[in-house]
Amino acid sequence: MTKVTMTVNGKSVSGDVEGRTLLSSFLREDLRLTGTHIGCDTSQCGACVVHVNGEAVKSCAMFALEADGADVTTIEGQANADGSLNTIQQAFQDHHGLQCGFCTPGMVMSAAALLKDNPKPSEAEIREYLEGNICRCTGYHNIVKAIMAASGQDVSAIAAE
Amino acid sequence: MPKDTGIGAATTRREDVRFLTGRGQYTDDIQTQGECAAVFARSTVANGKIKSIDTSAAAAMPGVLAIFTGEDFAEVGGNPAGWLINSRDGTPMHEPKRPVLAHGKVRHVGDAYAAVIAETVQQARDAVEAIEADIEELPAIVNMKDALAADHYVHDEIGTNQCFDWGWIEDNRAATDEAIKNAHHVTTLELVNNRLVPNAMEPRCSIGHYNPGTDEYILHTTSQNPHLTRLLISAFVMGIPENKLTVIAPDVGGGFGSKIYHYGEEALVLAAAKKLGRTVKWTADRTEAFLTDAHGRDHVTKIELALDEEGNFLAFRTETMANVGAYLSNFSTATPTFLHGTLMAGNYTVPLVYVNVKAVFTNTAPVDAYRGAGRPEATYSLERVIDKAAREIGMDPIELRRKNFVKPDQYPFASAAGLEYDSGNYDALMDQMEKVADKAGFEARRKESKAKGLLRGFGVNAYIEACGIAPSNLVGVLGSRVGLYDAATVRVNATGNLSVMVGAHSHGQGHETVFPQVVGEMLGIDPQSIDIVHGDTSKIPFGMGTYGSRSLAVCGSAVVRATEKIINKAKKIAAHMLEASDADIELKDGVFSVAGTDKSVSFGEVALKAYIPHNFPLEDIEPGLEETAFYDPANFTYPSGAYCCEVEVDPETGKVRVDRMTAVDDFGNVINPMVVTGQVHGGLGQGIGQALVENTTYDEDGQLLSASYMDYTMPRADDLPFYIVDHSKGNPCTHNPLGVKGCGEAGAIGSPPTVVNAVIDALQSGGKNVTHIDMPMTSHRVWSAMNNA
Repeated sequence: MTKVTMTVNGKSVSGDVEGRTLLSSFLREDLRLTGTHIGCDTSQCGACVVHVNGEAVKSCAMFALEADGADVTTIEGQANADGSLNTIQQAFQDHHGLQCGFCTPGMVMSAAALLKDNPKPSEAEIREYLEGNICRCTGYHNIVKAIMAASGQDVSAIAAE
Repeated sequence: MPKDTGIGAATTRREDVRFLTGRGQYTDDIQTQGECAAVFARSTVANGKIKSIDTSAAAAMPGVLAIFTGEDFAEVGGNPAGWLINSRDGTPMHEPKRPVLAHGKVRHVGDAYAAVIAETVQQARDAVEAIEADIEELPAIVNMKDALAADHYVHDEIGTNQCFDWGWIEDNRAATDEAIKNAHHVTTLELVNNRLVPNAMEPRCSIGHYNPGTDEYILHTTSQNPHLTRLLISAFVMGIPENKLTVIAPDVGGGFGSKIYHYGEEALVLAAAKKLGRTVKWTADRTEAFLTDAHGRDHVTKIELALDEEGNFLAFRTETMANVGAYLSNFSTATPTFLHGTLMAGNYTVPLVYVNVKAVFTNTAPVDAYRGAGRPEATYSLERVIDKAAREIGMDPIELRRKNFVKPDQYPFASAAGLEYDSGNYDALMDQMEKVADKAGFEARRKESKAKGLLRGFGVNAYIEACGIAPSNLVGVLGSRVGLYDAATVRVNATGNLSVMVGAHSHGQGHETVFPQVVGEMLGIDPQSIDIVHGDTSKIPFGMGTYGSRSLAVCGSAVVRATEKIINKAKKIAAHMLEASDADIELKDGVFSVAGTDKSVSFGEVALKAYIPHNFPLEDIEPGLEETAFYDPANFTYPSGAYCCEVEVDPETGKVRVDRMTAVDDFGNVINPMVVTGQVHGGLGQGIGQALVENTTYDEDGQLLSASYMDYTMPRADDLPFYIVDHSKGNPCTHNPLGVKGCGEAGAIGSPPTVVNAVIDALQSGGKNVTHIDMPMTSHRVWSAMNNA
């Protein structure tokens, strides 16, 4: 076991982990931040996306030890300071961009990373960026729409609801 | 003006907040003090004789607490099939036992033959590796045709790989044969409805807990129907009294059918929890999900359509082989029969239908209901052969469908496949589809595509499905071993807010938002003061859960009936408070008033009075305000739709891109149009996925080649377009109180043939005489078809 220390959602945390402990397991099991989800074993589904030093990372593809000293943000750290939904979260609710909610944390974290680099992405850019996030419920329509809306684009021309 | 609340309002979902902030609680998120982990040893061969299992080395490994094998469950019951199907000759289907853990033989790759319980999941995994199982590999039975001809069997004790040979409607067989023999034209098509893996994003997970002080068990599990799971475990498998077993399905990350069924892992964690006195948790990894979740579809069908000179349909005849896999999953026998054959008249006045289905055991994972369940298979066969027929007789495919549609003045309509359709207007849906899809602009778009070197195709589909599953009286006659009602309890609390306990389970459908819209509207109160309780057998009435687009049509009807009882009782209380007669009390906007007077009491005052019954006429009115209703539907509901799809095919590569996808559906009345549209979107995504990219592949040895997201193609955002969805042309269901039909599966039913029809149209427009391509229409398949044409 090795001691690991990192900042998660603005708080300094530490724990003892095995070399094989994944960042996703450390977040879920040690820190009890269960909003980060595990949907596959091959780093395809994207339900586990978090931000490490500001970059979107699949936390199932990173060892906890690799995040030693890093600044990590998870879905639990996304809401506004007063607890209200942030712009992206609010857009997902307003445009029904989630159903069962399981892929949602990863979608929101990926969307945040996309909009940081590309504040007004086109539909095609959003769809391409989400290649690493699988949703089985929504057919992606409302996820893409929500991300466009969150970026301040007018989505009223996209089919209703 | 759109409404803000109540029936018809596109209210945003209240459950979203917890999911968007990471505060949902899925089964694997539950962590209990002192819990230990279960990991399963699973067969790596498709068919094998278990000669010995030596667990001694594994048992000595660090952290190992217990090891179970099939021997430990030899005396407990099997996991049963919920529907008895009789073969054409009257003999009952073969029902080999489905044990908790494989015993004697393993029958598919992934079949669990042992389980290790250890302090940590890593320790359990390590110990599984140390189990020494001597399993003699036997020839795998994979292909259905080969299975029917084989002289060795998935289940030796039944001496055949055929589960049943079902005919529907058997009395019509001779007449159908005759009609086809004598017809002016017969169109024949052989097709494969590709095998799919449901792939709910949350893998299955089960946690067993046992309290030795009370002899009570609790199972947290990823289920669409906790009461059904409890019933199966109690009455069939483990024999745990129902009153000693609580099943809780908390937030569930999608189901699509795969979480209807009881699986052996659920029984294992309960048995282990009792043996060890510890909480035992098992979470599937994704490859386990691919190997062991019930798969969907997997039909091989020959369909024939007989037509007269004018293009009137005279008969449909099909022969289908339906794969049921290695064991009968709970609804596996209903899916290819009564959820499939009964829909084989489609939206049409065709007088004769005959369906033959042979269900086949193979050394593959069990196959059961997946979004649509039988109805996509029926629609695919019908709507593909109709399109082919239109081409053969030189008639426009929309015109051919319209010519044979059931007309609005024909309802109730007795279909040739044995159902009574209550309402619909298929021409109106087709009209609306042509309008919202801008069919008139297609030729211009085709020219634009041509200028880019691409072939554009236009495909259509008309579907009908049977939802609101299901009238118990009817399905009982047809072999169902369960009733398919649902239940709701409406509890008005003393302070005037409400808890509504429902048998339906929400795993993405938005019940927590939609059911309060119904109750709020009926009572004239703010839906925000109403909460839904679901998923916990210790809190809710006995309901049958969520599948078959049934939640609103069946459980929603129970909610309405229970709320009506609340209103009746509340009126009595109000009458007492206002010193008036019950019959004179009116309820409007949450206020009870005496007709023609200014005397009134609010809903909240009545609620408080119910629980502080001072000066109460106890001989007439009991204290409290809580009512339960069970609702059993009089008939199925019959959603229908007209879909179209425009694809662009690259003739150089065979690559297909869906450019436009339009779904016009008749769902009857709509409670929350936002939620309904979202349900259609999801179905369309899965249907286009089936048509273009998804496939489950076993090799000849029964190895699952598509057992991860590296190998099984899930549709991604860039595989799919924005959809055009319209449900403005609904005709209310005539037999349930909300007039609703169900919307959960439509998209997955209507879209696959639409996409295939569009691709065939594209290729034909490019001068390629391609009449059929099996799904998924990968670049390779399309390119090969073009170059062989």
